[in-house]
Amino acid sequence: MESLVHSRANVSERDPAAPRWWAAPRTGGLATLALIIALTPFALANNYFYDVAILVGLNAIVCVGLNLLIGYAGQISLGHAGFFGLGAYGSALLASRYGMPPLAALAATTAAVALVALLVGRPILRLKGHYLAMATLGLGIIISIVLANEDGITGGPDGMPVPPLTVLGWTVQGERVWYWVIGGCLLLAVWLALNLIESPTGRALRALHTSEVAAEVVGIDSAREKLKVFVISAVFAAIAGGLTAFYSGFITPEKASFMRSVELVTMVVFGGMASTFGAVVGAAVLTILPQALTVVKEYEMVVLGAIMMATMIFFPRGAVPTIGAWLARRSR
Amino acid sequence: MSGLRIEGLSKEFGGVHAVLDLSFEIRPGIVHSIIGPNGAGKTTLLNLLTGVYFASTGRISLDGRELTGLPTHAFAAAGIGRTFQNLQIFFNMSALENVMTGRHLRENCGLLAALMRTPRLVRAERDCRDRALELLRFVGLGGSADAAADSMPYGALKRLEIARALAGDPRILLLDEPAAGLNPTESMEIAELIRKLSQAGTTVVLVEHNMRLVMDVSDHILVLDYGRKLSEGSAEQVRNDPRVIEAYLGAAEQPEQAHA
Repeated sequence: MESLVHSRANVSERDPAAPRWWAAPRTGGLATLALIIALTPFALANNYFYDVAILVGLNAIVCVGLNLLIGYAGQISLGHAGFFGLGAYGSALLASRYGMPPLAALAATTAAVALVALLVGRPILRLKGHYLAMATLGLGIIISIVLANEDGITGGPDGMPVPPLTVLGWTVQGERVWYWVIGGCLLLAVWLALNLIESPTGRALRALHTSEVAAEVVGIDSAREKLKVFVISAVFAAIAGGLTAFYSGFITPEKASFMRSVELVTMVVFGGMASTFGAVVGAAVLTILPQALTVVKEYEMVVLGAIMMATMIFFPRGAVPTIGAWLARRSR
Repeated sequence: MSGLRIEGLSKEFGGVHAVLDLSFEIRPGIVHSIIGPNGAGKTTLLNLLTGVYFASTGRISLDGRELTGLPTHAFAAAGIGRTFQNLQIFFNMSALENVMTGRHLRENCGLLAALMRTPRLVRAERDCRDRALELLRFVGLGGSADAAADSMPYGALKRLEIARALAGDPRILLLDEPAAGLNPTESMEIAELIRKLSQAGTTVVLVEHNMRLVMDVSDHILVLDYGRKLSEGSAEQVRNDPRVIEAYLGAAEQPEQAHA
């Protein structure tokens, strides 16, 4: 046994525990996602389908970040639509009212949202469980009320127009172009998240999720690590918010509402906690499903609610981890 | 002043003193056991010595450096590692990852390096993994590196916690009942492990009910009763202290009768 471990450690330069490259999330998983993004356009018949695919990508970016917070670190947030809204409105306002180049507006807004998350996260992340849920809920509600009521700046409930995204004189226009931009951003987001999870910081997050006292005892400053991941997840949401604003050309405070926050959490939970690809699948399913259900308009919410309940009963760990475990059992 | 120094330490829970006015020293490099009947305050004391609890009064210093009032992770950073009586394993990880997490203090990577997975981080991770594998072999779990922690048996998890605590290269290792629930063979293995650690220069603080193990490995024993120091000394001294005998066996018998 001893010699077996040794020889395996020597043969593979990387990681004796690592699965083959095609089964490892950071290589195989990312390659699969890239392939899916590359092949999806063959199934997209018209611009409406492209639009849905882009929405999936934008939601997935938020969910990949939110999953780092909820799934890995075990800290709930019911206010992430607030960060999304701040990202959208900040980028829109800086670009339209102050004439900043769109990318600079997006960058400046993201930095500002990171700062907000840092300042707000410090006190509220000391709370646990339901208390943290209530505090983040409050944060989200404050942001959405401010966006809806400051109509002199934000246009109020009617929303505001947003100039298009121009990069070095090239304007990103049309669903087909946006599809590739968002696809690239999603790949980048997933890559960053996978890297983080497999780093010392990622282990620290997973550790404090299971036993905060044991994490502290090995020297993990749990308050600091929670704050880090809270800021990262807020940044993911803010960037997705900014991109959404530039893509759709018009934003309303509805994008920052409490219901949006709940939707985002539901995507993460449905797809699978502590599974980055689960977050992407959750975002995809729960973005596409309501579109498909418009055929049975009156019953849309009923069907959606029933699916939610069935998920909680049959896949409490989320769709992707449950199906993954089932496949692993079958292949054995 | 070297070693861990405890002065006038007390901990009160709603008017009940779990630890009361306790002063003692733990000299570097020895195996220092803390024993006492159930409820004597042993685990509370370990929680105080690792910053899990804040002391009501009193001071704790390590090599002359004041630790009183610091957060838990700062106690770890000062060089104090520990295991738990009721396991605190990271059950969402593999055995190897548990030990790698224990090395948190030795890994200083920035957030950006982690997000971008820089070559430097990859190298540091490889070193961390090698060290963790070495520690798993040291505690006899070399073959279970890839095992999911939640699929491992109790005895293995006990040793996994020791490996995780060692991963931070602590100067003082606090073991809270490492042999509880283990069979005699496994207890012997723990005793062997403690001796190996001590020889390697780690100060070991042992809280344990298994008297054979305690008498076997300890250089110094502190006996607690109702949160106070009852006795202190070598295994021989403590074993023959009438107050210790009384606390363990009860006061019903007179010493003369006990001899008979």
